[in-house]
Amino acid sequence: MDFSAISPVSLIVSLIAASTPILLAAIGELVVEKSGVLNLGVEGMMIIGAITGFIAAVSTGNPFLGFLGGAIGGALVSIIFIVLTQYLMANQVASGLGLTMIGLGLAALLGHSYAGIKPPSSPHLDIAGLSDLPVVGPILFNHDFIIYFSIILTASVWYFLNRTKAGLILRAVGENHDAAHALGYKVVRVRIYAILFGGACAGIGGAYLSLIRVPQWTEGMTAGAGWIALAIVVFGSWKPWRVLIGAYLFGGVTILQLNLQAVGVNIGAAYLSMTPYIITIIVLVIMSSDKKRASLNAPAALGKLFHASK
Amino acid sequence: MNLLKTLLTGAAMAVGLAGAATAGEKVKVGFIYVGPTGDFGWSYQHDQGRKAIEEAFGDAVETSFVESVPESADSERVMTQMALSGHDIIFATSFNYMDHVMNVAKKFPKVKFEHATGFKRADNVSTYSARFYEGRAVIGHVAGKMTKTNTIGYIASYPIPEVVRGINAAYLAAKAVNPDVKMKIVWVYTWFDPGKEADAANALIEQGADIIMQHTDSPAAMTIAEEKGIYAFGQASDMGQFGPNARLTSIIDNWDPYYIARVKAVMDGTWSSTDTWDGIKEGMVGIVDFSDKVPADVAASAGAIRDALSAGTMHAFTGPINKQDGSVWLADGETADDGTLAGMNFYVEGIEAELPQ
Amino acid sequence: MLRLEARPNPSRTMQALTPVIAVAATMIAGGILFALLGKSPFAAIRMLFWDPVFGEFAFYYRGQILIKAAPLILIALGLSFGFRANIWNIGAEGQFIMGAVVGGATGLALYPYEAFWVFPLMIIMGAIGGMLWGLIPAFLKIKFNANEILVSLMLVYVASNFLAAMVTGPLRSPVGMNFPVSRNFSEYASAANEELIAGTGMHWGVVTAFLAVIVAYIALTRHIAGFQIQVTGQSARAAKFGGINPNLTIALCLGLSGALAGMAGIFEATGPAGKLSTNFPVGYGFTAIIVAFLGRLNPIGVLLAGLLLAITFVGGDVVQTELQVPKASIQVFQGMLLFFLLGSEILVNFRLRLNKKGVA
Repeated sequence: MDFSAISPVSLIVSLIAASTPILLAAIGELVVEKSGVLNLGVEGMMIIGAITGFIAAVSTGNPFLGFLGGAIGGALVSIIFIVLTQYLMANQVASGLGLTMIGLGLAALLGHSYAGIKPPSSPHLDIAGLSDLPVVGPILFNHDFIIYFSIILTASVWYFLNRTKAGLILRAVGENHDAAHALGYKVVRVRIYAILFGGACAGIGGAYLSLIRVPQWTEGMTAGAGWIALAIVVFGSWKPWRVLIGAYLFGGVTILQLNLQAVGVNIGAAYLSMTPYIITIIVLVIMSSDKKRASLNAPAALGKLFHASK
Repeated sequence: MNLLKTLLTGAAMAVGLAGAATAGEKVKVGFIYVGPTGDFGWSYQHDQGRKAIEEAFGDAVETSFVESVPESADSERVMTQMALSGHDIIFATSFNYMDHVMNVAKKFPKVKFEHATGFKRADNVSTYSARFYEGRAVIGHVAGKMTKTNTIGYIASYPIPEVVRGINAAYLAAKAVNPDVKMKIVWVYTWFDPGKEADAANALIEQGADIIMQHTDSPAAMTIAEEKGIYAFGQASDMGQFGPNARLTSIIDNWDPYYIARVKAVMDGTWSSTDTWDGIKEGMVGIVDFSDKVPADVAASAGAIRDALSAGTMHAFTGPINKQDGSVWLADGETADDGTLAGMNFYVEGIEAELPQ
Repeated sequence: MLRLEARPNPSRTMQALTPVIAVAATMIAGGILFALLGKSPFAAIRMLFWDPVFGEFAFYYRGQILIKAAPLILIALGLSFGFRANIWNIGAEGQFIMGAVVGGATGLALYPYEAFWVFPLMIIMGAIGGMLWGLIPAFLKIKFNANEILVSLMLVYVASNFLAAMVTGPLRSPVGMNFPVSRNFSEYASAANEELIAGTGMHWGVVTAFLAVIVAYIALTRHIAGFQIQVTGQSARAAKFGGINPNLTIALCLGLSGALAGMAGIFEATGPAGKLSTNFPVGYGFTAIIVAFLGRLNPIGVLLAGLLLAITFVGGDVVQTELQVPKASIQVFQGMLLFFLLGSEILVNFRLRLNKKGVA
């Protein structure tokens, strides 16, 4: 076995690419959950984003418009969830599961004539000098633009939640919607914006799969990525930067597993694949057991119904 | 017990109906697929076979299919429903449908069943599969000649004989023309997960593979190869549109001749239960033309191997071949028997990885 | 602008009427969908709802509906107890898998020993396997206050990977050519869950599901435990005053729903599926959550909802074979049915009022 065949640099580069779709979806879901809403339909919104993004990119020939199309598609399909949970007071768990079901179906219908097409390729950052640097070059300066976007997005969400008034309101709504309502905040409106944002992020994540990571459209291509995104939000204890680390760890386990196999290490793939989920549970337990810390992160009103009865 | 009677008469009625359909005009042909018809691999290619039947017989046949049928009790229901609605012959195109095919076949003795890659048969159940390993021997030869890094990457699904056979055939053919060649194998434990297949292709490329082979269903690896500027082979279907520069050639699962022959046999009343394992010779395994990236001499020698396999003058597993542990498998000049091939669960000598058990 | 106004009491009329409204709305919307696909909407709707129950081959489909509905009902019953108490077990899929693995391993360990007690033992072990898997989130919630929604969801993935490890490892069939599948239970008489009356679809799992509906109905309406669960759900504080131990309720709900899901798993593995394999779980655990809600967390409702969903599954395959529509259209159709049912639910507890001034 020749472990020197595994280059740490390219390992990092490809784990970033493998993690980005789940990072994008997870950041979106983080905002949704911070507003007190649990949307289990991430998988459905991702796959819708994958196909609408793909259609937009193929028909315009422009990858940027493709990602825009993915964001719009993801946000549009999340409206179903909004109508059900925010207006019709339906249960969030069931509505989210239904969203995943209908998303997978709709995406397959939309994509029927798009299988077997190559999307336009997305530009990579290429700064003369910087991108060619050893080690630092490939890790920092030679990605596609969505990877930089995902990191900027993580930073913006952190800034929004912790440093802006609107972010404070959103957290207040997620913490105690009755109190927020009493203070005059529009609970439903805040949550609608959050869900739309979550849908758009999941859509971009899906589009990343169909436009860059794979890149092609095939039915069911998200293959559970949306569920991993849900896990990562918990793993990251509802904090943007930890979510980023969580996404990279999840991606890292997959990539490392494949690389170890390629050098001839025989590992129990199934056992290795279950470790991230077990770690997530452990993290959750540690966080929740300390009541003071738990209340700082986990939104207290998560998944609870709100109706402004007068 | 009344219910039992209802069922039996019902089933008898249905069988009667099926008989009537045969005597009338149209032969009804049903297909169940394990994946979506748009996978551009396994299920797609079976659906091509279905279309070939329609083309060959026109108005004399009526075909139907159900896609993405899980390998569970659901498959049994779909097949029963097809049998009830008067289908004369039903093609079940995935290994794990096996026991369900046997169950349904028992209930409908007059309906013919064809089970791909299985090994259980009955009077009205045939099995069929293709000698894909012959195709692997051809692409192994091309890969062995063309790799610059002497490293071939192989994306494998599950460690079952079918897949192990393909790895061994490709490796032996590559090794025969390039003693320094190494094969890196990644098991993804799925037939279809484009994201994971793409990641596996990337991992292999990072570790020096400059030619990728796959035994999974999506064209993800082909698109990655195209992007990274290396070579790959189409699997099951052509996949050329995903890698116009990357694709050297493709192993095609060409079910058309078999499907047409079997439907014809139903029409003529000559259908009987058989076990078919066809290869390049019968056209079930196809090698499409080599791309212009393949040097003329390599294309010629690979073509010669294809023709020799087709003519039967050559066998993909011809001794001397040792097993991975160094023990003798085939003596000089000896060829592998079908029984050993069907249950192959060992690597041949020279492959460095350990076969997951 | 329309405005929602809470009803003082849930409307009984609406309780009965909303499912009808929802199914009718789905038929219209679904009809449009099939028309857009270029198929006759009337034929499609007939095949989806009518043919499985009353059509030419209904004698076969009726049994299949039972086979498909039984695990959904069994799991959803357990879940609805928890949901009433505000305990959100969404990991039934994992408990279903673990029930099948533990129960299946028990049977495979005894192979080829034939005895009447093998099958009952497997079912008990399956129930225990599912129960223990369900008690993990219960324990973590009681002890560490960990959110059971997330823990039980994570455990689904642990369970499915564990199943993969088992069928590629210790439980792999020695006669299966290295395929990742277990030995076939139908070839082991003592472990097989055969149809009790040929052609009816009735197997022990179906019988158990029906019995469970009756037991659950009695328990919820007559028994103190049912009362306990309802009170805990409505107010944890009130429960405490009434001398009800909320921790016990948590353990009870998760353990019970786990046990029922585990039983459904082993019934499915030994019966309709016939063996353990990585693709043996087809999402019953998640679909059952939907069934629980559609049934309004009421045992009789769960029974009806389970049957309705099973009809659309069976009918969906009929539509696919007969009209050659893609599988995806059936998924969309089922999604619409779910949304209309969930959405119309509001009419039970609220009434729509026309309001002159817009209210945000």
